[in-house]
Amino acid sequence: MEEGKLSRKDFLRGAGGLLAASIVPMSLVEIACGGRGKGTHEKFTFAFISDPHLTHIKGTNFVRNFDSGLNKAIETVNLMFPRPDFVVFGGDLAQLGKREELDHGMELLSKLKVPVKFVIGEHDYYLDLGKYWQDKISKLNYSFDHKGVHFVVLNSILTYDTWINRWKTPEERMNEMARLDNPNGSPFMVGDDQISWLKKDLENIKSGTPLVVLSHSPLYKIYKPWNFWTDDAEKIQSILDRFDNVTVFHGHVHQVLYNQIKNISFYALMSTAWPWPYPESYTQSPHYIPKMTVFMNRQDPFHERDGTGWAFVNMDNAREEMHYKLWENKDRIVKYDESAGHPVDSTYQKPESRILPQTHY
Amino acid sequence: MKVSLFSRIDSKFLGYIFLIFIFYCISCGPKEKKDTDLTELTYIPSGILGLPDIPVPKNNPQSSDKVSLGAKLYSDKRFSLDGTVSCATCHKPEQAFVDKLKVSKGIKNLTGTRNAPTVLNAAYYRTQFWDGRRNDLEAQSKDPLLNPVEHGLSSHDDLIKIVRSDPDYTSKFKTVFGIDPDSIGIDHVAMAIASFERTIISGNSPFDRYRFGKEEKALSESAIRGLNLYMGKARCQDCHMIGETYAIFIDDKFHNLGVGFKRIQPKLEEILQKKSESKNNPTSDEEILTNIESSELGRFAVTGVSEDLGAFKTPGLRNIALTSPYMHDGSLTSLEQVIDLYDRGGESNPFLSSGIRPLRLSGQEKADLVSFLKSLTSPVLPNMPK
Repeated sequence: MEEGKLSRKDFLRGAGGLLAASIVPMSLVEIACGGRGKGTHEKFTFAFISDPHLTHIKGTNFVRNFDSGLNKAIETVNLMFPRPDFVVFGGDLAQLGKREELDHGMELLSKLKVPVKFVIGEHDYYLDLGKYWQDKISKLNYSFDHKGVHFVVLNSILTYDTWINRWKTPEERMNEMARLDNPNGSPFMVGDDQISWLKKDLENIKSGTPLVVLSHSPLYKIYKPWNFWTDDAEKIQSILDRFDNVTVFHGHVHQVLYNQIKNISFYALMSTAWPWPYPESYTQSPHYIPKMTVFMNRQDPFHERDGTGWAFVNMDNAREEMHYKLWENKDRIVKYDESAGHPVDSTYQKPESRILPQTHY
Repeated sequence: MKVSLFSRIDSKFLGYIFLIFIFYCISCGPKEKKDTDLTELTYIPSGILGLPDIPVPKNNPQSSDKVSLGAKLYSDKRFSLDGTVSCATCHKPEQAFVDKLKVSKGIKNLTGTRNAPTVLNAAYYRTQFWDGRRNDLEAQSKDPLLNPVEHGLSSHDDLIKIVRSDPDYTSKFKTVFGIDPDSIGIDHVAMAIASFERTIISGNSPFDRYRFGKEEKALSESAIRGLNLYMGKARCQDCHMIGETYAIFIDDKFHNLGVGFKRIQPKLEEILQKKSESKNNPTSDEEILTNIESSELGRFAVTGVSEDLGAFKTPGLRNIALTSPYMHDGSLTSLEQVIDLYDRGGESNPFLSSGIRPLRLSGQEKADLVSFLKSLTSPVLPNMPK
């Protein structure tokens, strides 16, 4: 290949890269559902878009930056070739749960040329407790099978009735829940009713079936003051315990994060709206960020898209390689390390090659 | 485990694509490229206020004989199919090394798709061409010779034949490179032209005297206000960077401002599909300058990375008042129009670069910015060596 110039073949690689694996705050997930080894199995791809937080200003005006992040994601999915089988939307379509925001979001998402599987986020829920979402968009929890993989969608952002009843108006409730670092906040949970539903749903699923759980909040505990936390996470984890291979993809944390708890691999997806810092770097307070996590690089405040981005997952042989493509930032690859028994950041794991996180603001 | 029998996609193919893409990213990332380049460069003082040391490839050191030879080659119209075009045709020394045309004219009055960027201070760029498809001036200089709408030669041999049969050239090549006529190759020609181009630098503008020379009176009040806007509210500084001790007004990056992209955005899917099936090399110099759809893909045509769709290189701003029209397609004719484009946050599209957003500048603020841009004109521009 001549320096600085691509041959047609190279262009096809590039275009293939773009069109198959390209762009966005989404993960293109390639799944091999044959388990380990070389058995016959069928791979497929799905994209993951999360946390656009579309924000209504007035009339038909919405915050431009958040619209543009989602639009970039949508356009890129549509340019993928081959096209993913479906898109998972990871929650927080709206900022304050308003109908204007949800309608606007659905209008933008309607440009997607593939079906969408919806997960609800707390910003979509706490104004009307999910009524409009259920009427117009999707069920709050459900499951489906796709080419040998069992998918479960959980509504992980429920909380205690005492907290819900504490507020005078739906707007007040929504505003309290939408705040980060809120002393009036309440941790998330999946709740006993849904846990019963989950048990029943998984009853007839064999333990060897690859299981993918889609939730908004992480189904483990990271940092309570920011509600990076699901109170009854251990109950869910114990139900999933009998499966050979379980992967949880979640949104909510707006950062590169991964974890392994027993048989379950957890991966966070990026936001299309903005990045959050890591609690440790911001608060220097106790937290439960997995020790294996190497922080995402700090963001450049000038660039609206920096710290957001896309990722795709290769799940060949039922082990994940998560490729985070951070817009205007350094790429990250998180691979499952068989000998270590958990995912590792393949480039930045060693202390000497780590990217220093932001420690002040 | 058994799975359903029907696959809509070829799984092996998909896996292959992924692996290649990952490899591609790792091996061809811009950062890596930069690091490699730095080890192959030496730096010589510019001797001009506001300009940093000039990067020079270790394998092509500067000499006055080489610069003189390069200048002669730069101006030689015989190196074109109909004897009408030299490098100086589109990069005119007497016009700040541009041609003042929307898009340049080559042989037989044929036109390309892009506006000729100035050679002034091109020595400082880490990539060449609007899409950065070449990494240095040596590589850049060879392409237009063969482009059918520029010099139109069928091969570099056409040029080499002329050089080898011209006693003045053979004598100069002997002096500069110590080689006999039979050994003269296109790379020698390219090295000489690049060496000449590394002398086409300009600084010492009123802005430089104000900022780096501490001459408080060098700028007008309006231009000083414009500089403050440039560094702040107007957000120019992030891409057209001004340093502490010098300024070359670039960030070595590529940005989508939406200029021209609207021509292809609505049918992007179809265009990319067509490109991937095309028998033509979609990234060739010829394809980019003759096919508007390929041209408007911008940096993407080089990298295949979707973030680069419709993205073009940040140009320097020195002598900007002398180098209209503006943007990669020459579509804006005045600095006022350029400021208006940024003020409205570029032309909306899904791949618009971040940082490009509506600025809400007042009329006075826009005028101040234009005043500032006009202060970037050097009092004397370099010319051809005598």
